[in-house]
Amino acid sequence: MITTTKGLMDEASLDKRTGVLDNANEHTTWVEYWLGEELVHRSAHVTFKQMPSMTGTVEGF
Amino acid sequence: MANAQAMCTSFKKELMNGHHQFGAPTLVSRTSLTVPTPDSFKAALYLASATRGAADTVYSVTGEVSGTGYTAGGVALTGAQDWIEPNSSGTTAFSTPTANIVFTTVTLTTAFDAVLIYNSTQGDKAVSVHTFGSQTITAGTLTLTMPTNDATTGLIRIA
Repeated sequence: MITTTKGLMDEASLDKRTGVLDNANEHTTWVEYWLGEELVHRSAHVTFKQMPSMTGTVEGF
Repeated sequence: MANAQAMCTSFKKELMNGHHQFGAPTLVSRTSLTVPTPDSFKAALYLASATRGAADTVYSVTGEVSGTGYTAGGVALTGAQDWIEPNSSGTTAFSTPTANIVFTTVTLTTAFDAVLIYNSTQGDKAVSVHTFGSQTITAGTLTLTMPTNDATTGLIRIA
């Protein structure tokens, strides 16, 4: 059973579609459940790979 | 304009002034505070059309997502303390939120692609903006999984 816009529904009664995005910044997966032509559930899982760093600098006298 | 991944410039200045308490170090007393309590932090989501970035100084509702199950201001970071105790390796200092950031059972139908992490203890001062591929959520859950906490991938790194 999963949460949907129509309440809890049996996954088996829905059309499941998945996707993935992978690049230097993230690895993301998502899952969608469709009831006919209607999207009733979509979840996403973003895994961060590398984020901005701050470079410290100092000056000599 | 678009959201841009960045460590907020104001955050860099505030680090020098000791505004943010990620961990729980033992300090030499300046007045009376020697064992500070770590601050609390939150994470807010922003629409793909927003303009969050290095110039952010505090949390803002401008461009923030809205929808069923989402509260303005986002969610609190969780864990015994919100960030893993800051550490260093080689010449790089780093820290990462202790737990993944999860928005449970929300519906966010307008595309979003950024999260702002900010210090809710210290006047909602901005820490950093992190971008990702544009997403929507329908009666579902958004999970932001934190990277490995090390000198190469830690969420906040000062090299």
